[in-house]
Amino acid sequence: MSATGIGAAVRRKEDFRFITGKGQYTDDVVRPGETRAVFVRSPHARARIKSIDASAAKTMSGVVAVLTGAELANDKIGNLICGWMIHSKDGSPMKMAPHPALAAGTVNHVGDAVAVVIGETLAAARDGAEKVKVDYELLPAVTDPAKAKSGPQIHELAPKNTIYEWSLGDAKAVDAAFAAAKHVTKLDIVNNRLVPNAIEPRAALAEYDAGTDQLTLWNTTQNPHVSRLVIAAFVGMAPEHKLRVIAPDVGGGFGSKIFIYPEEVVCLWASRKVQRPVKWVAERTESFVTDAHGRDHVTHAELALDEHGKILALRAKTIANLGAYMSTFSSSVPTYLYGTLLSGQYDIPQIYCEVDAVYTNTVPVDAYRGAGRPEATFVVERLVEVAARQLGLEPAEIRKRNFIKSFPHQTPVIMAYDAGDYNASLKKALELADVKGFNKRRRDAARNGKLRGLGFSTYIEACGIAPSQAVGSLGAGVGLWESAEVRVNPTGSVEVLTGCHAHGQGHETTFAQLVSERLGIPFENVSIVHGDTDKVQFGMGTYGSRSGAVGMSAIVKALDKVEAKAKKVAAFMLEAAEGDIEFKDGKFTVAGTDKSAAWGDVALNAYIAHKFTGAELEPGLKETSFYDPTNFTFPAGCHICEVEVDTDTGKTEVVNWTAVDDFGTVINPMIVEGQVHGGIAQGVGQALLEGAIYDKDGQLITGSLMDYTMPRAHDLPSFHIGLTETKSPSNPLGIKGCGEAGAIAAPAAVINAITDAIGTENLAMPATANAVWTALQGAKPRQAA
Amino acid sequence: MAMTMTGEVQLPASREVVWAKLNDADVLKACIPGCEELNKLSDTEMTAVATTKIGPVKARFKGKVHLTDLNPPNGYKISGEGDGGVAGFAKGGATVALTDKDGGTLLTYNVEAQIGGKLAQLGQRLVNGAAKKIADDFFKNFAANVAAA
Repeated sequence: MSATGIGAAVRRKEDFRFITGKGQYTDDVVRPGETRAVFVRSPHARARIKSIDASAAKTMSGVVAVLTGAELANDKIGNLICGWMIHSKDGSPMKMAPHPALAAGTVNHVGDAVAVVIGETLAAARDGAEKVKVDYELLPAVTDPAKAKSGPQIHELAPKNTIYEWSLGDAKAVDAAFAAAKHVTKLDIVNNRLVPNAIEPRAALAEYDAGTDQLTLWNTTQNPHVSRLVIAAFVGMAPEHKLRVIAPDVGGGFGSKIFIYPEEVVCLWASRKVQRPVKWVAERTESFVTDAHGRDHVTHAELALDEHGKILALRAKTIANLGAYMSTFSSSVPTYLYGTLLSGQYDIPQIYCEVDAVYTNTVPVDAYRGAGRPEATFVVERLVEVAARQLGLEPAEIRKRNFIKSFPHQTPVIMAYDAGDYNASLKKALELADVKGFNKRRRDAARNGKLRGLGFSTYIEACGIAPSQAVGSLGAGVGLWESAEVRVNPTGSVEVLTGCHAHGQGHETTFAQLVSERLGIPFENVSIVHGDTDKVQFGMGTYGSRSGAVGMSAIVKALDKVEAKAKKVAAFMLEAAEGDIEFKDGKFTVAGTDKSAAWGDVALNAYIAHKFTGAELEPGLKETSFYDPTNFTFPAGCHICEVEVDTDTGKTEVVNWTAVDDFGTVINPMIVEGQVHGGIAQGVGQALLEGAIYDKDGQLITGSLMDYTMPRAHDLPSFHIGLTETKSPSNPLGIKGCGEAGAIAAPAAVINAITDAIGTENLAMPATANAVWTALQGAKPRQAA
Repeated sequence: MAMTMTGEVQLPASREVVWAKLNDADVLKACIPGCEELNKLSDTEMTAVATTKIGPVKARFKGKVHLTDLNPPNGYKISGEGDGGVAGFAKGGATVALTDKDGGTLLTYNVEAQIGGKLAQLGQRLVNGAAKKIADDFFKNFAANVAAA
């Protein structure tokens, strides 16, 4: 392993500019004549707009324009769409309600955009927004997913607010398995609603060039090409070739920046109307009521087991809240990213899952770190842990009895796991967590008046999304391959253009490590280019831990082609047969001789083309690949959480955390560890602290960082991190993906640990001090053994 | 989000005097904290402009005030709704009852209010305290006004 190759803990190239304030984010881009946009948003959860009076605002100095949904409709700007078709079990297609970028007639959640004020300055636009008078006729609202079907109907085309009633699996076979089972474990589960809170709020800057009829959008997006495609083909803003989307440095996404939002559409439209650049930057309070939220499931789940603790079947019925409108990929999250993972790491013969997706008067809900897989893991890992307690089995023992041990393994819910060793990660985690010493630690804690608990989560996820044909058959509107273009310069330095997008992942480092290793050239001589539709031809962006498994595989394929071409060049230079040229450590050698050519010389010769004619070989050294994976990848592992609960206050302290993950090949262990840390922090945040709460009138009462608690350093212990490795057979590097694992594994581990400590399963997330104290009243804490 | 508040205040005047003051737009304007305008449209309808600060949100509310369930001189229901622009909205009402007590009048009130938008998003933890403060200030001012009569 070289110091900068695959497997090296290379420091991140991008960190210098990030930590010295030299990053270039959307808000840092300033265009001549730039105006600022401020949105007038609904303070009501549901209302009819009786009138909008913008006359006072329009005459204010510094106000350039005030635009409303009526003008948007007049200009025939299309609605935002959801790009994944889900069919109900009766065969009917999902009920996608119109989602205009500015409300047309009705508002459906607090924060719904009603009008936009374009100002010479931000202050002028804000003052103008204050003067826009909107007269609302209030309508009754519904926010609780469990009450959505009986609530007031939000969209004309969706009776009972039902978007779809989807199912997966064989209901009859599952019922039969349950009927024959010796033991059934039942749980009612709420997967709490979360607000993503990327550190950089969303922003958009649009510029129209009347000379070329060209629109340019700088945008905080995780997938600029998909954004361009949707805005061109569905919203109808401009032809695809007349729209350029640039995603410069982006400060975190966690899924929330995958989607196409109203604000970028409005900025593009407005920039053409006012013939000046238009910039919008969200305030944090705006982010809370406009960024797509995550999770928000209500589930009843049951597990059937035999007398030995062997799982026979699982069934789950889930109501998924998709909010007021269907966001870009919202339909796929509670279906094909959720139901398909309900087998966990276990050999479960029969699974049946029903999901009813509903509209409510809340912010749209879509993918958020893990997207469906945290919800599935929480269901499976809570069921297994509770079953173990009911059957008197150790948590490790029930898992061992049910682990899948041979691969490939076809689950009853579509997924075919290709590789894994679940016992290995469990065994290593048991050692790292010193589970043997837990009873002593529990007794010690009891002497200090604390309840100590241990919680397991042996999670699995499906990443590297995914074979295009497979996702197409499940309803996806796009293919999920990735592209790479490797450009070798005449001096031998390399630029890689990737369709992935980095917003914290460190692609500029890890992708360069791959090229450095493969071509044997210095890491510093490699640049990674991404996030600009004028530079990268097409790509699917970054989400679902796909950039390593899919994006880097595309680079490998392009590098294969580069090597093949370079060998031809070297053969002419060395006057040898192409088949005799060997390439190793940055050097081309004629096999069995000492004749060689360095990488840089070959690159130069490819461009000066003095050693071959155009008829023999095309000059240049640049290759492109579009890589479509053969399967999802299946990262898996074991997280063990140890907590202490203060019985007087209910306050939970996470005192130990062990994570042993199998991510396949690791390119940069430091970056992987960082991803695990961040994921655990977000998962612990969901389990202990975070929860978006709407009151019955539809007001978001956790609408700021004063009321919505994000995890902080003092909420977390130092982590014990370990890795096991089974390579993914589905891509050339054997990578599985690591970006979401912590957030997927952690919530179940925390709740399993707290319920182990307090002796009742009746505990919802977030397990705040108040919630735990309340649960403790009447509970019988497990005695120290 | 909804909030409720109840309270009572002892006033050094007869029920008839208190009742008259409660129906006097000028008195109400002087007593409502932050009230900039209060214009009587009829005996039971007024328009009002008031500025309120709740936590980080300062809003200038414009709205209508209605008097209903008039039962002179025993009480009424005063209700209103105000639009604070980008800050959100507030609406609600108070049932006010007057009874003779200790040679003066005991005024009891029962408030139900709703706020929404940025006010609810940012100010919800502070709104009960802020509303209590507004009510306290109002009745302090009102008691002083009644005493001066």
